[in-house]
Amino acid sequence: MSILIDKSTRLLVQGLTGREGTFHAKQAAAYGTTVVGGITPGKGGTTHEGWPIFDTVQDAVRKTGANASVIFVPPAFAADAVMEAADAGLALVVCITEGIPTLDMMRAMTFLKERPATRLVGPNCPGLISPGKAKAGIIPGHICKEGRIGIVSKSGTLTYEAIHQLTQLGMGQTTCLGIGGDPLIGTSHIDALKLFAADPETAAVILIGEIGGSAEEEAAAWVKTHFKKPVVAFIAGQTAPPGRRMGHAGAIIAGGKGTAAEKMAALSAAGVKVVKSPADMGTGIKEVLRS
Amino acid sequence: MKIHEYQAKAILSRHGVPVPRGEVASSAVEAGEIAKRLGGSVVVVKAQIHAGGRGKGGGVKLAKSAGEAEAVARQILGMTLITHQTGSEGRVVGRVLVEEGLQIARELYLSLLLDRAAGKPVMMASAAGGMDIEEVAAKTPEQIIKVSIDPGVGLVPFEARQLGFAIGLDGAQVNKFVKLATSLYDAFVKTDASLVEINPLLVTAAGDLLALDAKMNFDDNALYRHPDIRDLRDLGEEDPLEVEASKFSLNYIRLDGNIGCMVNGAGLAMATMDIIKLAGGEPANFLDVGGGATAEQIRNAFKILMSDKKVKAVLINIFGGILRCDVLAEGVIAAVKELGVSAPIVIRMEGTNVDEGKRLLRESGMNFTTADSMGEAAKNVVQLAG
Repeated sequence: MSILIDKSTRLLVQGLTGREGTFHAKQAAAYGTTVVGGITPGKGGTTHEGWPIFDTVQDAVRKTGANASVIFVPPAFAADAVMEAADAGLALVVCITEGIPTLDMMRAMTFLKERPATRLVGPNCPGLISPGKAKAGIIPGHICKEGRIGIVSKSGTLTYEAIHQLTQLGMGQTTCLGIGGDPLIGTSHIDALKLFAADPETAAVILIGEIGGSAEEEAAAWVKTHFKKPVVAFIAGQTAPPGRRMGHAGAIIAGGKGTAAEKMAALSAAGVKVVKSPADMGTGIKEVLRS
Repeated sequence: MKIHEYQAKAILSRHGVPVPRGEVASSAVEAGEIAKRLGGSVVVVKAQIHAGGRGKGGGVKLAKSAGEAEAVARQILGMTLITHQTGSEGRVVGRVLVEEGLQIARELYLSLLLDRAAGKPVMMASAAGGMDIEEVAAKTPEQIIKVSIDPGVGLVPFEARQLGFAIGLDGAQVNKFVKLATSLYDAFVKTDASLVEINPLLVTAAGDLLALDAKMNFDDNALYRHPDIRDLRDLGEEDPLEVEASKFSLNYIRLDGNIGCMVNGAGLAMATMDIIKLAGGEPANFLDVGGGATAEQIRNAFKILMSDKKVKAVLINIFGGILRCDVLAEGVIAAVKELGVSAPIVIRMEGTNVDEGKRLLRESGMNFTTADSMGEAAKNVVQLAG
């Protein structure tokens, strides 16, 4: 099994006719994902690379039976796209777009609260992949391998790094999920852990965090009381200076809070195997599964 | 993005937040003229830099006449002001704000920012104004009162009243506070601010409320819809290499070590800094070239990286998903040729077209060390940096 996406996923691409949208729609389809169409307002009724294009998500859902969408629209329009997808009742909305204004996202999050049937992943994330089944987003399929490890990560390329280490060691993955490094995101570490807890195939999880916010501490508290599977964690930014935003909008140590040391201590106290070096994520999993 | 106090006060004032009368000056003569125009028995001359702690550093002074204001401004302008927020190199003061002096009855604290966990703006107020609020939060957290605001509804008057009464204002003052807090929220939302802080919020002897100091930070992602605010950016307050990097949409932050890093993705870039430190080295910078970097961008990134004279060795760590390893290799080879780089370069790359990338590096005849894992790359680069 896997979480969130699999062979039953029927994926829409919002912004399919753009350069990024086109490229990643083709990649997803080549990986075996069922891509059913795209949305570009004003281009409804046309086709693009063989896929039908719709003016609205509502229309696309009605005509294709889609249950998920991935968003590749520019930042100024992305929060709008997220809300449109939720309003159309899609169960999964994956927003890849980076650089969405915080206030736009705040409004979108309020909108989503009233539509609990929709799960948002991201924004500013690489999306997710269930190896051998389907992908929604930009994680390269060729580095993945089917197997029993789940990955949840705030960082995109660090997700690839974790996948690569596992695959090199002969360990495959159930689902790899990049949740994004923005201050406001739809799916948290805890949300992902809950899904991995309920997935019988997932034997262990790699949790990747970053400085800033308190999501890792909250995840640690939840793991301590609820999560029975082994977890290996890495926190990026152990050497980051306070007060400087390290690339991601959310990655900043502010007011002495959100340091890597605090997060690592909280996770260790919850029984998580915390690795100091990003090179040790894969071997960390090997160790916890052996013991 | 950060702006100066005088700019923040102008924005807040436009949205209805009362601020002291004052003007900004870039010369001592101007400062004297402003003091004359303001009149009164005393004016305050305040250094304008993007950092707190200016008073303790000698950047805020009182003057009792226009002549004295001019003399004080002469001292402050051009001085290198060192505060706990500037670092040891300090900042050179280019402008001063000259303001009317006011009778202080009480100093309060008021701010507005995003509460990440709640996904809502939070307004914070405290009776302990004029002090470092982080210290107040650490020592006496009960002195900070918070109200979580529903972004769909905005700040409701009763929420502002709750805050006002909690910080000890009387009925008449609370009415003024509600108006001020509402204006503050209005300014926050309309300008896409990420932080507005008034510390201190002044209660005058006459019972009026004013923003005696003001700090505003803005959401970089929303600047595209606020060209007027984007124009307030003061490049003199930023590291020249960071400014240069931002022109090419590169995310660069200068640090103190001697190992230059070039990485794709913010998380991997932080992790690369971490692993260098674990191997016993010190990173010279954080540099994220982004997920879809082109050969041209790689070249620019290399240029910026090598302009830092401290750099003794370079670690390139790229996980090519969208960015292909052969494109990366071409970019690096071109940049090294063009810039005549002599520092040793360790390259660790993985992902799309990695074999082709490695072949290009090998056949370039240049001084590259390739590594197969992050751990090996870090060990090599630390050794080479000496």
